[in-house]
Amino acid sequence: MGRIHSIDTFSTVDGPGIRTVIFLQGCPLRCQYCHNPDTWSAASKAAHDYTANDLMKIIRRSIPYFQASGGGVTISGGEPLLQAEFVKELFTACQAEQISTAVDTSLYVTTTRLQEVLPVTDLFLADIKHMDSEKSLAITGLGNQMNIENLRYINDHQTRIWIRYVIAAGLSDDPEDVTALAYFVKTLDSVERIDLLPYHALGAHKWDLLGLDYKLHEIQPPSAQQMNDLAQIVRSITDKPVYWQ
Amino acid sequence: MDFWRSFRPGQWMHEIDVRDFIQKNYHPYEGDASFLSPPTERTSRLWKKCSSLLAEERKRQGVYEVDPDIPLNITSHPPGYIDRDLEVIVGLQTDQPLKRAIQVYGGLRHAANACKAYGYQINPQVEEFFAKHRRTHNEGVFTVYTPEMRLARSSGIITGLPDSYGRGRIIGDYRRIALYGVDRLIEAKELDRRLTSPQMTDSVIRLREELYDQIQALKELREMALSYGFDISQPASDATQAVQWLYFGFLAAIKEQNGAAMSLGRVSTFLDIYIQRDLQEGVLTEAQAQELIDQLVIKLRLVRHLRTPGYGDIFAGDPNWVTEALGGLGVDGRPQVTKTTYRMLHTLETLGPSPEPNLTVLWSQQLPRPFMEYCAHLSIQTSAIQYENDDVMRPYYGDDYGIACCVSAMRMGKESQYFGARCNLAKLLLYALNGGRDEMSGEQVGLEMPIYPDEVLDYDQVMHRLDKQMDWLARLYVNTMNIIHYMHDRYSYERIELALHDTDLTRFIAFGIAGLSVVADSLSAIRYAQVKPLRDASGLITDFEIQGDFPKFGNDDDRVDMIAVDVVKTFMRKLRRYPSYKNSLHTLSILTITSNVMYGKHTGTTPDGRKRGEPLAPGANPMHGREEHGAIAAANSVAKLPYGFARDGVSYTFSIVPNALGTDDQERINNLVGFLYGYFAQDAHHINVNVLNLDTLREAMEHPEKYPDLTIRVSGYAVHFTKLSREQQEEIIARTFYKRM
Repeated sequence: MGRIHSIDTFSTVDGPGIRTVIFLQGCPLRCQYCHNPDTWSAASKAAHDYTANDLMKIIRRSIPYFQASGGGVTISGGEPLLQAEFVKELFTACQAEQISTAVDTSLYVTTTRLQEVLPVTDLFLADIKHMDSEKSLAITGLGNQMNIENLRYINDHQTRIWIRYVIAAGLSDDPEDVTALAYFVKTLDSVERIDLLPYHALGAHKWDLLGLDYKLHEIQPPSAQQMNDLAQIVRSITDKPVYWQ
Repeated sequence: MDFWRSFRPGQWMHEIDVRDFIQKNYHPYEGDASFLSPPTERTSRLWKKCSSLLAEERKRQGVYEVDPDIPLNITSHPPGYIDRDLEVIVGLQTDQPLKRAIQVYGGLRHAANACKAYGYQINPQVEEFFAKHRRTHNEGVFTVYTPEMRLARSSGIITGLPDSYGRGRIIGDYRRIALYGVDRLIEAKELDRRLTSPQMTDSVIRLREELYDQIQALKELREMALSYGFDISQPASDATQAVQWLYFGFLAAIKEQNGAAMSLGRVSTFLDIYIQRDLQEGVLTEAQAQELIDQLVIKLRLVRHLRTPGYGDIFAGDPNWVTEALGGLGVDGRPQVTKTTYRMLHTLETLGPSPEPNLTVLWSQQLPRPFMEYCAHLSIQTSAIQYENDDVMRPYYGDDYGIACCVSAMRMGKESQYFGARCNLAKLLLYALNGGRDEMSGEQVGLEMPIYPDEVLDYDQVMHRLDKQMDWLARLYVNTMNIIHYMHDRYSYERIELALHDTDLTRFIAFGIAGLSVVADSLSAIRYAQVKPLRDASGLITDFEIQGDFPKFGNDDDRVDMIAVDVVKTFMRKLRRYPSYKNSLHTLSILTITSNVMYGKHTGTTPDGRKRGEPLAPGANPMHGREEHGAIAAANSVAKLPYGFARDGVSYTFSIVPNALGTDDQERINNLVGFLYGYFAQDAHHINVNVLNLDTLREAMEHPEKYPDLTIRVSGYAVHFTKLSREQQEEIIARTFYKRM
């Protein structure tokens, strides 16, 4: 049984092609810029329980869309690896039917959890929150050791990785931060692309609804110029495709 | 013969058989769009002139000029030009571009009121003549309507019927003129006339009269072309003539008929054969080939009819549905995509986006991928294309059918349709609860029965009542349509369009429904939640209290989707039980055009939680905001509606913001192709694709002058967004636009 926040049958920004995205409930992080704080609490009453079989029925309905676009299933969250056993069960079923699998994770989890899903995962959409552990602590509430170790672990097992990094003013937008990130990513052969995600305040109202204190009201989204400059830094160092929207 | 030089011979030489000619002579094109040329300077200059005329038209409240004096017919007006030196293809409805003239046979009052609405007065002699001496279609219908029909019409249970305007939806096979010349077509019709049955029954007498009229119309067509300096009695001998001949045929039709939808048919692959021959003979360049198509399309963008402002409630934005069907597969499996299919679509780039002509891609899963990608690219750039599933239509209509209006398929020159607007099933459900009394007026309109007596709505009892009301409505609807089309044939017969059909043709009679998703959700609420009816002082049920959750159409949930399917099948079966005019074949559409706003305004609160006066969803769409699992779940629900029971079309409108389709152009194109492929893989019938930012729409509402070309697809057609009423614009903005989560 999995604890599910919601399901989106048509996403094009969570891996290649058209994706069915399953958002799992529960997250160990408390990122200041989180736009889905409603996925944090594992005990949330708004979430629903699904079996892997229930989800497969939904996923199968998209097979022709996957085939024509090169898409598949993405498990997101929350932090999906908190329910690693469930993800493993679901992905095993997907792979049995030649449906490609991706997991969208912060990797702020123990490597044991990662090991559960690694053999049945085709692609990791992996966050880097910050290369500096202190700053990671400030942004997310946790240091970044597990994140870095897990990335190396996936890389060593030659599984495909797309990196995601949020650009938020004062938190993660220093060109030096981005340079450090780029030099680290350069060492990871399995990384195929890097997506820089400009901070946006579209999730702020959810914080209010949940009675949480949103601290970034004053922050402005980065300019297109700034995004282009940062993307260029990453591109020139890593020699990998860098996207932002 | 000289005009047929180098064509592959076949049966088409001995019989009127355009399909045979196409199949023997066309060359599929499997490459990409890189061969296309930009517009010629001549075209650009001509289109610039038109653009300033169009701007002036907008300034004059949408009507540039009216000729209230001379009733429009094939030969009524002298030749008109935009700029003779720049026009490669000529011909206008009146003597000036954008000038509209009166067409009286459809209805005198409609013509007179339309003149008045724009500050003109209809020629008093014409008015007097028709009032005293000549009945029109509109008057004919109303002399025969029963009180029950009038009441159904005014209460809004059936509306938008073509009883006061031209029914349209009959597509002449204009290609015949290019391939055979008018003389040959007259000869064939004369032979048919000689060979009618010698038994002078009612139908034979009528047929002989109709054939006489058809032949007359062909002669007038020949005369009209001569006034422009062209003798079209013989076949076209090159590509320029082929386009011109074909366009003269279409022009004759739009001169003579103010039909709601005046489709062009399926001309691109036909014309490609001529263009290909000229290219091979070295008498035409690619730039000139594009010029021919561009100039044809310019003419199609200038089609104008004189209509009353109220017409905009049901058909907003001054549409003409000059629908051109593109692509599709041959029955032999070869794609019917040619370079001219590309050239036609490319007009959205050479001339910019536009709602007309209504470019309709006949999608098959076997079309070449580069073609799918070019279509997706244009959808993303212009939101001007609709897609219809050739793989579900081809088994019914073969490989030479056109689309009338939005979604109505018919074999070119062999099938035609009697158009019948739509009935409001959401309202009918309320009639089922209120014993046939109208929830807005309190009047007894539907089948009389006691008002639902109990405290809680019971699914089986409600279904039983709905079934009885459906019987009532189906009978009334078929009978009303029979009257309308009898009178239209009698007083406003489409001479020229039917002259371009086989004499022995198959006819469809097309019914329609609105409010399907509201009915499905309401029935689902009654079945899976608890719905208590609330009554007003007179005892009428006017509101509902809903306790608990229920499955909603648009989430790929069979519990409710199958209710929608059953409603469609049941109503279709009931319609078939009543005999139709001229033994036409009953069909059904799930399509609203823009009337979902007007229909909603006249419908009380429904058991799904929709409030009195709120719009219904367009076409077969789920209700706004009820889709919980994203676009594919919604599309999959719509795809379950069975085409075999709704052969007049199942219309779905899909709107999405650009960045929800992917990060860059290549991704967006790939994902849109994937979406269309997946949707049509499940035997879905139709989809409108809008790729637009909501901010753009909001800004266009405030500053329409900045967005004259902004095009958006509504149910089955495209409009200039700024030509919609404020209410209609707000309804579109309130609709589900898929975004990034």
